[in-house]
Amino acid sequence: MIAAVALAALAAVCAVSAWRMTSVRWTWRAPRAAIALWQALGLTWGLASVGALLAYALEPWGRGVIHGLVYLVTHWREPAGLQRVGALAAGLALLTVLLAVVVVAMAQTTQARRRHRLLLSLVARDEPAVPGVRVVDHPGAAAYCVPGLKSQVVISEGTLSLLSRDELAAVLAHEDAHARERHDLVLLPFAALRWVLPWSKVVRDAHASVALLVEMAADDHARLRVPPKRLATALLRFGTAGAFATPHGALGMGAENVMARVNRLVKPGPAMRRRYRYGIVAGAALLTTSAPLLWFLPQ
Amino acid sequence: MDVLWAEGGPLTAREVGRLIADRDLAPTTVMTVLDRLTRKGFLTRVRDGRAWRYEPAASRDAYIAELMLEALEMTGDRSAALTRFAQAVSGTEADVLRKALTELEEE
Repeated sequence: MIAAVALAALAAVCAVSAWRMTSVRWTWRAPRAAIALWQALGLTWGLASVGALLAYALEPWGRGVIHGLVYLVTHWREPAGLQRVGALAAGLALLTVLLAVVVVAMAQTTQARRRHRLLLSLVARDEPAVPGVRVVDHPGAAAYCVPGLKSQVVISEGTLSLLSRDELAAVLAHEDAHARERHDLVLLPFAALRWVLPWSKVVRDAHASVALLVEMAADDHARLRVPPKRLATALLRFGTAGAFATPHGALGMGAENVMARVNRLVKPGPAMRRRYRYGIVAGAALLTTSAPLLWFLPQ
Repeated sequence: MDVLWAEGGPLTAREVGRLIADRDLAPTTVMTVLDRLTRKGFLTRVRDGRAWRYEPAASRDAYIAELMLEALEMTGDRSAALTRFAQAVSGTEADVLRKALTELEEE
Protein backbone atom coordinates (compact mmCIF):
# COMPACT_ATOMS: atom_id res chain seq x y z
CA MET A 1 0.00 0.00 0.00
CA ILE A 2 2.99 2.27 0.58
CA ALA A 3 3.62 2.89 -3.13
CA ALA A 4 0.01 3.75 -3.90
CA VAL A 5 -0.25 6.14 -0.94
CA ALA A 6 3.11 7.74 -1.68
CA LEU A 7 2.22 8.27 -5.35
CA ALA A 8 -1.19 9.71 -4.48
CA ALA A 9 0.46 12.06 -2.00
CA LEU A 10 3.06 13.04 -4.60
CA ALA A 11 0.32 13.82 -7.14
CA ALA A 12 -1.46 15.95 -4.54
CA VAL A 13 1.75 17.78 -3.64
CA CYS A 14 2.36 18.54 -7.32
CA ALA A 15 -1.18 19.83 -7.82
CA VAL A 16 -1.01 22.07 -4.75
CA SER A 17 2.48 23.32 -5.69
CA ALA A 18 1.31 24.12 -9.23
CA TRP A 19 -1.60 26.05 -7.81
CA ARG A 20 0.77 27.98 -5.49
CA MET A 21 3.27 28.55 -8.30
CA THR A 22 0.66 30.41 -10.36
CA SER A 23 0.53 33.24 -7.81
CA VAL A 24 4.08 33.59 -6.47
CA ARG A 25 6.45 36.23 -7.82
CA TRP A 26 9.91 34.89 -6.95
CA THR A 27 9.74 32.88 -10.14
CA TRP A 28 10.26 36.11 -12.09
CA ARG A 29 13.69 36.49 -10.54
CA ALA A 30 14.86 33.16 -11.92
CA PRO A 31 12.67 32.32 -14.90
CA ARG A 32 14.80 29.49 -16.20
CA ALA A 33 14.91 27.65 -12.88
CA ALA A 34 11.18 28.21 -12.47
CA ILE A 35 10.50 26.79 -15.93
CA ALA A 36 12.48 23.67 -15.00
CA LEU A 37 10.42 23.34 -11.84
CA TRP A 38 7.18 23.72 -13.80
CA GLN A 39 8.20 20.95 -16.19
CA ALA A 40 9.05 18.68 -13.27
CA LEU A 41 5.75 19.43 -11.56
CA GLY A 42 3.73 18.68 -14.69
CA LEU A 43 5.53 15.47 -15.53
CA THR A 44 5.54 14.19 -11.94
CA TRP A 45 1.86 15.00 -11.48
CA GLY A 46 0.99 12.87 -14.51
CA LEU A 47 3.26 9.96 -13.58
CA ALA A 48 2.18 10.03 -9.93
CA SER A 49 -1.56 10.14 -10.70
CA VAL A 50 -1.33 7.24 -13.13
CA GLY A 51 1.07 5.41 -10.82
CA ALA A 52 -1.18 5.75 -7.77
CA LEU A 53 -4.11 4.13 -9.59
CA LEU A 54 -1.97 1.35 -11.04
CA ALA A 55 -0.13 0.74 -7.76
CA TYR A 56 -3.44 0.26 -6.00
CA ALA A 57 -4.72 -2.08 -8.73
CA LEU A 58 -1.60 -4.24 -8.82
CA GLU A 59 -0.80 -4.13 -5.11
CA PRO A 60 -1.89 -7.72 -4.17
CA TRP A 61 0.90 -9.17 -6.33
CA GLY A 62 3.55 -7.21 -4.48
CA ARG A 63 5.61 -6.52 -7.60
CA GLY A 64 5.33 -2.79 -7.96
CA VAL A 65 3.80 -0.96 -10.92
CA ILE A 66 6.32 -1.75 -13.65
CA HIS A 67 6.82 -5.44 -12.86
CA GLY A 68 3.14 -5.76 -11.97
CA LEU A 69 2.19 -4.55 -15.45
CA VAL A 70 4.66 -6.95 -17.05
CA TYR A 71 3.20 -9.78 -14.96
CA LEU A 72 -0.31 -8.74 -15.97
CA VAL A 73 0.53 -8.83 -19.65
CA THR A 74 2.62 -11.99 -19.65
CA HIS A 75 0.30 -14.08 -17.42
CA TRP A 76 -2.88 -12.33 -18.47
CA ARG A 77 -4.42 -12.43 -15.03
CA GLU A 78 -6.98 -9.96 -13.76
CA PRO A 79 -6.45 -8.31 -10.41
CA ALA A 80 -8.88 -9.59 -7.79
CA GLY A 81 -11.85 -7.39 -6.90
CA LEU A 82 -13.94 -4.90 -8.77
CA GLN A 83 -12.21 -1.90 -7.19
CA ARG A 84 -8.79 -3.03 -8.33
CA VAL A 85 -10.02 -3.69 -11.86
CA GLY A 86 -11.63 -0.24 -11.87
CA ALA A 87 -8.40 1.38 -10.68
CA LEU A 88 -6.45 -0.47 -13.36
CA ALA A 89 -8.83 0.72 -16.07
CA ALA A 90 -8.80 4.29 -14.77
CA GLY A 91 -5.01 4.33 -14.54
CA LEU A 92 -4.51 3.02 -18.05
CA ALA A 93 -7.18 5.38 -19.41
CA LEU A 94 -5.53 8.40 -17.76
CA LEU A 95 -2.15 7.37 -19.13
CA THR A 96 -3.60 6.97 -22.62
CA VAL A 97 -5.38 10.33 -22.48
CA LEU A 98 -2.28 12.19 -21.28
CA LEU A 99 -0.07 10.63 -23.94
CA ALA A 100 -2.66 11.07 -26.69
CA VAL A 101 -3.19 14.72 -25.85
CA VAL A 102 0.50 15.51 -26.15
CA VAL A 103 0.84 13.53 -29.38
CA VAL A 104 -2.23 15.17 -30.94
CA ALA A 105 -1.04 18.63 -29.85
CA MET A 106 2.35 17.95 -31.40
CA ALA A 107 0.78 16.77 -34.65
CA GLN A 108 -1.53 19.78 -34.84
CA THR A 109 1.28 22.18 -34.07
CA THR A 110 3.50 20.63 -36.71
CA GLN A 111 0.74 20.89 -39.27
CA ALA A 112 -0.06 24.51 -38.41
CA ARG A 113 3.63 25.35 -38.70
CA ARG A 114 3.97 23.61 -42.04
CA ARG A 115 1.07 25.61 -43.45
CA HIS A 116 2.51 28.80 -41.97
CA ARG A 117 5.94 28.15 -43.48
CA LEU A 118 4.39 27.39 -46.84
CA LEU A 119 2.46 30.66 -46.83
CA LEU A 120 5.58 32.51 -45.76
CA SER A 121 7.50 31.05 -48.66
CA LEU A 122 4.82 32.42 -50.97
CA VAL A 123 4.24 35.91 -49.63
CA ALA A 124 7.13 36.90 -47.32
CA ARG A 125 10.17 38.72 -48.61
CA ASP A 126 13.75 39.31 -47.48
CA GLU A 127 14.76 42.74 -46.32
CA PRO A 128 18.37 43.83 -46.78
CA ALA A 129 18.24 45.91 -43.58
CA VAL A 130 17.46 42.85 -41.47
CA PRO A 131 19.26 39.85 -42.94
CA GLY A 132 17.93 36.40 -42.09
CA VAL A 133 14.50 37.70 -41.14
CA ARG A 134 11.37 37.25 -43.22
CA VAL A 135 9.20 40.31 -43.71
CA VAL A 136 5.44 40.25 -44.32
CA ASP A 137 3.86 43.28 -45.97
CA HIS A 138 1.23 44.18 -43.42
CA PRO A 139 0.80 47.41 -41.45
CA GLY A 140 0.06 45.60 -38.17
CA ALA A 141 2.78 45.10 -35.59
CA ALA A 142 3.90 41.51 -35.35
CA ALA A 143 7.17 39.82 -34.51
CA TYR A 144 7.35 36.12 -33.95
CA CYS A 145 9.28 32.96 -34.46
CA VAL A 146 8.13 29.83 -36.27
CA PRO A 147 9.99 27.23 -34.26
CA GLY A 148 11.39 24.08 -35.73
CA LEU A 149 14.66 22.45 -36.64
CA LYS A 150 15.26 25.53 -38.76
CA SER A 151 13.45 28.26 -36.84
CA GLN A 152 12.33 31.26 -38.79
CA VAL A 153 11.99 34.76 -37.39
CA VAL A 154 9.26 36.85 -39.01
CA ILE A 155 8.34 40.50 -38.63
CA SER A 156 5.72 42.62 -40.32
CA GLU A 157 6.22 45.76 -42.33
CA GLY A 158 4.36 47.54 -39.51
CA THR A 159 7.06 46.48 -37.06
CA LEU A 160 9.76 47.94 -39.28
CA SER A 161 8.13 51.36 -39.22
CA LEU A 162 7.06 51.16 -35.56
CA LEU A 163 10.46 50.48 -34.02
CA SER A 164 13.79 52.24 -34.10
CA ARG A 165 16.85 50.34 -35.27
CA ASP A 166 17.99 49.57 -31.69
CA GLU A 167 14.56 48.44 -30.68
CA LEU A 168 14.33 46.14 -33.65
CA ALA A 169 17.68 44.60 -32.72
CA ALA A 170 16.31 44.02 -29.21
CA VAL A 171 13.19 42.32 -30.55
CA LEU A 172 15.25 40.10 -32.83
CA ALA A 173 17.55 39.11 -29.95
CA HIS A 174 14.45 38.17 -27.98
CA GLU A 175 13.05 36.04 -30.80
CA ASP A 176 16.43 34.47 -31.32
CA ALA A 177 16.30 33.22 -27.73
CA HIS A 178 12.89 31.64 -28.35
CA ALA A 179 14.24 29.91 -31.42
CA ARG A 180 17.45 28.68 -29.86
CA GLU A 181 16.07 27.45 -26.56
CA ARG A 182 13.01 25.88 -28.22
CA HIS A 183 10.57 27.55 -25.83
CA ASP A 184 7.72 26.16 -27.89
CA LEU A 185 8.54 22.67 -26.60
CA VAL A 186 8.47 23.97 -23.03
CA LEU A 187 4.99 25.33 -23.58
CA LEU A 188 3.55 22.47 -25.60
CA PRO A 189 2.47 20.14 -22.75
CA PHE A 190 0.78 23.00 -20.93
CA ALA A 191 -1.01 24.17 -24.06
CA ALA A 192 -2.11 20.57 -24.66
CA LEU A 193 -3.42 20.19 -21.13
CA ARG A 194 -5.27 23.45 -21.47
CA TRP A 195 -6.85 22.23 -24.64
CA VAL A 196 -8.41 19.17 -22.89
CA LEU A 197 -9.26 20.98 -19.66
CA PRO A 198 -10.31 24.44 -20.87
CA TRP A 199 -12.53 25.00 -17.83
CA SER A 200 -9.82 24.31 -15.25
CA LYS A 201 -8.55 27.54 -13.74
CA VAL A 202 -5.34 25.95 -12.43
CA VAL A 203 -4.44 24.59 -15.87
CA ARG A 204 -5.22 27.94 -17.48
CA ASP A 205 -3.18 29.85 -14.92
CA ALA A 206 -0.35 27.35 -15.17
CA HIS A 207 -0.17 27.80 -18.94
CA ALA A 208 -0.24 31.58 -18.58
CA SER A 209 2.47 31.52 -15.90
CA VAL A 210 4.80 29.37 -17.96
CA ALA A 211 4.13 31.49 -21.04
CA LEU A 212 5.10 34.62 -19.12
CA LEU A 213 8.21 32.94 -17.67
CA VAL A 214 9.26 31.91 -21.17
CA GLU A 215 8.98 35.53 -22.32
CA MET A 216 11.01 36.68 -19.31
CA ALA A 217 13.67 34.08 -20.04
CA ALA A 218 13.89 35.39 -23.60
CA ASP A 219 14.05 38.97 -22.28
CA ASP A 220 16.94 37.97 -20.01
CA HIS A 221 18.73 36.49 -22.97
CA ALA A 222 18.19 39.61 -25.07
CA ARG A 223 19.37 42.01 -22.36
CA LEU A 224 22.82 40.44 -22.46
CA ARG A 225 23.20 41.73 -26.01
CA VAL A 226 21.14 44.93 -26.21
CA PRO A 227 20.32 47.78 -23.79
CA PRO A 228 17.37 46.58 -21.67
CA LYS A 229 15.73 49.96 -22.02
CA ARG A 230 15.42 49.53 -25.78
CA LEU A 231 13.72 46.20 -25.26
CA ALA A 232 11.35 47.81 -22.77
CA THR A 233 10.36 50.63 -25.13
CA ALA A 234 9.91 48.10 -27.95
CA LEU A 235 7.57 46.11 -25.71
CA LEU A 236 5.54 49.19 -24.86
CA ARG A 237 5.35 50.29 -28.48
CA PHE A 238 4.06 46.87 -29.43
CA GLY A 239 1.50 46.94 -26.68
CA THR A 240 0.17 50.32 -27.77
CA ALA A 241 0.03 49.54 -31.47
CA GLY A 242 -3.67 49.59 -30.80
CA ALA A 243 -5.06 49.61 -34.33
CA PHE A 244 -4.84 45.85 -34.31
CA ALA A 245 -5.81 45.23 -30.72
CA THR A 246 -7.17 41.77 -30.24
CA PRO A 247 -10.89 41.53 -29.66
CA HIS A 248 -10.63 38.54 -27.34
CA GLY A 249 -11.59 39.10 -23.74
CA ALA A 250 -9.18 36.34 -22.81
CA LEU A 251 -6.24 38.69 -23.13
CA GLY A 252 -7.13 40.74 -20.06
CA MET A 253 -3.74 39.94 -18.55
CA GLY A 254 -2.03 41.57 -21.52
CA ALA A 255 -1.12 44.97 -20.12
CA GLU A 256 -0.26 43.55 -16.72
CA ASN A 257 2.14 41.07 -18.28
CA VAL A 258 3.75 43.70 -20.48
CA MET A 259 4.24 45.99 -17.49
CA ALA A 260 5.70 43.13 -15.44
CA ARG A 261 8.25 42.51 -18.18
CA VAL A 262 9.00 46.22 -18.63
CA ASN A 263 9.54 46.73 -14.91
CA ARG A 264 11.91 43.77 -14.75
CA LEU A 265 13.94 45.28 -17.59
CA VAL A 266 14.03 48.85 -16.35
CA LYS A 267 14.36 48.23 -12.63
CA PRO A 268 15.86 44.79 -12.21
CA GLY A 269 15.60 43.58 -8.63
CA PRO A 270 18.44 41.73 -6.95
CA ALA A 271 19.14 38.54 -8.86
CA MET A 272 18.28 35.36 -7.05
CA ARG A 273 21.27 33.88 -5.28
CA ARG A 274 22.99 31.24 -7.31
CA ARG A 275 22.65 28.59 -4.63
CA TYR A 276 18.88 29.11 -4.50
CA ARG A 277 18.67 28.80 -8.26
CA TYR A 278 20.67 25.57 -8.20
CA GLY A 279 18.53 24.41 -5.30
CA ILE A 280 15.39 24.86 -7.38
CA VAL A 281 16.84 23.00 -10.34
CA ALA A 282 18.09 20.18 -8.07
CA GLY A 283 14.64 19.99 -6.49
CA ALA A 284 13.08 19.75 -9.92
CA ALA A 285 15.44 16.91 -10.86
CA LEU A 286 14.70 15.09 -7.60
CA LEU A 287 10.97 15.50 -8.18
CA THR A 288 11.27 14.14 -11.71
CA THR A 289 13.07 10.99 -10.54
CA SER A 290 10.76 10.38 -7.57
CA ALA A 291 7.71 9.18 -9.50
CA PRO A 292 9.53 6.65 -11.73
CA LEU A 293 11.31 5.25 -8.65
CA LEU A 294 8.00 4.80 -6.87
CA TRP A 295 6.73 2.89 -9.90
CA PHE A 296 9.30 0.24 -8.98
CA LEU A 297 8.46 0.10 -5.26
CA PRO A 298 7.08 -3.43 -4.67
CA GLN A 299 4.79 -2.70 -1.76
CA MET B 1 3.05 32.90 -57.61
CA ASP B 2 4.06 36.55 -57.96
CA VAL B 3 3.78 36.32 -61.72
CA LEU B 4 0.29 34.89 -61.53
CA TRP B 5 -0.80 37.45 -58.96
CA ALA B 6 0.55 40.29 -61.05
CA GLU B 7 -1.10 39.09 -64.20
CA GLY B 8 -4.61 38.80 -62.82
CA GLY B 9 -5.77 36.24 -65.36
CA PRO B 10 -5.23 32.51 -65.89
CA LEU B 11 -1.92 31.63 -67.55
CA THR B 12 -0.43 28.53 -69.09
CA ALA B 13 2.85 27.07 -67.88
CA ARG B 14 4.56 28.34 -71.04
CA GLU B 15 3.37 31.90 -70.44
CA VAL B 16 4.50 31.77 -66.81
CA GLY B 17 7.90 30.54 -67.91
CA ARG B 18 8.20 33.43 -70.34
CA LEU B 19 7.22 35.99 -67.68
CA ILE B 20 9.85 34.76 -65.21
CA ALA B 21 12.43 36.64 -67.15
CA ASP B 22 15.28 36.77 -64.68
CA ARG B 23 15.94 33.06 -64.59
CA ASP B 24 16.57 30.52 -67.26
CA LEU B 25 14.07 27.88 -66.18
CA ALA B 26 13.31 24.68 -68.01
CA PRO B 27 9.63 24.46 -68.99
CA THR B 28 9.31 21.19 -67.07
CA THR B 29 10.53 22.91 -63.89
CA VAL B 30 7.85 25.54 -64.20
CA MET B 31 5.25 22.87 -64.82
CA THR B 32 6.34 20.84 -61.80
CA VAL B 33 6.14 23.88 -59.53
CA LEU B 34 2.71 24.85 -60.86
CA ASP B 35 1.52 21.30 -60.44
CA ARG B 36 2.73 21.11 -56.84
CA LEU B 37 1.14 24.44 -55.97
CA THR B 38 -2.12 23.20 -57.47
CA ARG B 39 -2.05 20.03 -55.41
CA LYS B 40 -1.51 22.06 -52.27
CA GLY B 41 -4.54 24.16 -53.10
CA PHE B 42 -2.82 27.45 -53.90
CA LEU B 43 -3.71 27.40 -57.60
CA THR B 44 -6.74 26.31 -59.56
CA ARG B 45 -6.45 25.16 -63.15
CA VAL B 46 -8.76 24.70 -66.12
CA ARG B 47 -8.21 22.82 -69.36
CA ASP B 48 -7.51 24.99 -72.38
CA GLY B 49 -6.97 22.85 -75.42
CA ARG B 50 -3.89 20.75 -74.74
CA ALA B 51 -2.58 22.90 -71.89
CA TRP B 52 -3.69 23.85 -68.40
CA ARG B 53 -4.39 27.43 -67.45
CA TYR B 54 -3.44 28.27 -63.87
CA GLU B 55 -4.94 30.91 -61.59
CA PRO B 56 -4.26 31.76 -57.91
CA ALA B 57 -6.91 30.29 -55.60
CA ALA B 58 -6.75 33.34 -53.31
CA SER B 59 -5.19 36.77 -53.44
CA ARG B 60 -1.83 37.58 -51.96
CA ASP B 61 -3.55 39.80 -49.39
CA ALA B 62 -5.74 36.93 -48.25
CA TYR B 63 -2.66 34.84 -47.45
CA ILE B 64 -1.00 37.76 -45.69
CA ALA B 65 -4.16 38.23 -43.66
CA GLU B 66 -4.12 34.56 -42.71
CA LEU B 67 -0.51 34.80 -41.58
CA MET B 68 -1.19 37.91 -39.53
CA LEU B 69 -4.27 36.45 -37.86
CA GLU B 70 -2.13 33.61 -36.64
CA ALA B 71 0.73 35.89 -35.73
CA LEU B 72 -1.52 38.13 -33.65
CA GLU B 73 -3.17 35.10 -32.07
CA MET B 74 -6.59 36.10 -33.33
CA THR B 75 -7.58 32.71 -34.69
CA GLY B 76 -8.97 31.68 -31.33
CA ASP B 77 -7.09 28.40 -30.96
CA ARG B 78 -4.33 29.47 -28.63
CA SER B 79 -1.92 26.95 -30.05
CA ALA B 80 1.77 26.75 -29.35
CA ALA B 81 2.65 26.90 -33.03
CA LEU B 82 4.41 30.27 -32.83
CA THR B 83 6.28 32.16 -30.15
CA ARG B 84 5.41 35.81 -30.25
CA PHE B 85 7.26 38.85 -29.01
CA ALA B 86 4.32 40.67 -27.46
CA GLN B 87 0.70 41.38 -28.06
CA ALA B 88 -1.25 44.54 -28.51
CA VAL B 89 -3.67 45.26 -25.70
CA SER B 90 -7.01 46.94 -25.91
CA GLY B 91 -8.46 50.34 -24.97
CA THR B 92 -7.82 51.48 -21.41
CA GLU B 93 -5.01 49.00 -20.93
CA ALA B 94 -3.11 50.61 -23.77
CA ASP B 95 -3.24 53.95 -21.94
CA VAL B 96 -1.27 52.48 -19.05
CA LEU B 97 1.42 51.36 -21.46
CA ARG B 98 1.42 54.65 -23.37
CA LYS B 99 2.04 56.52 -20.11
CA ALA B 100 4.88 54.19 -19.18
CA LEU B 101 6.40 54.65 -22.62
CA THR B 102 6.34 58.45 -22.32
CA GLU B 103 7.98 58.26 -18.90
CA LEU B 104 10.70 55.95 -20.15
CA GLU B 105 11.47 58.15 -23.13
CA GLU B 106 11.74 61.26 -20.97
CA GLU B 107 14.33 59.71 -18.67
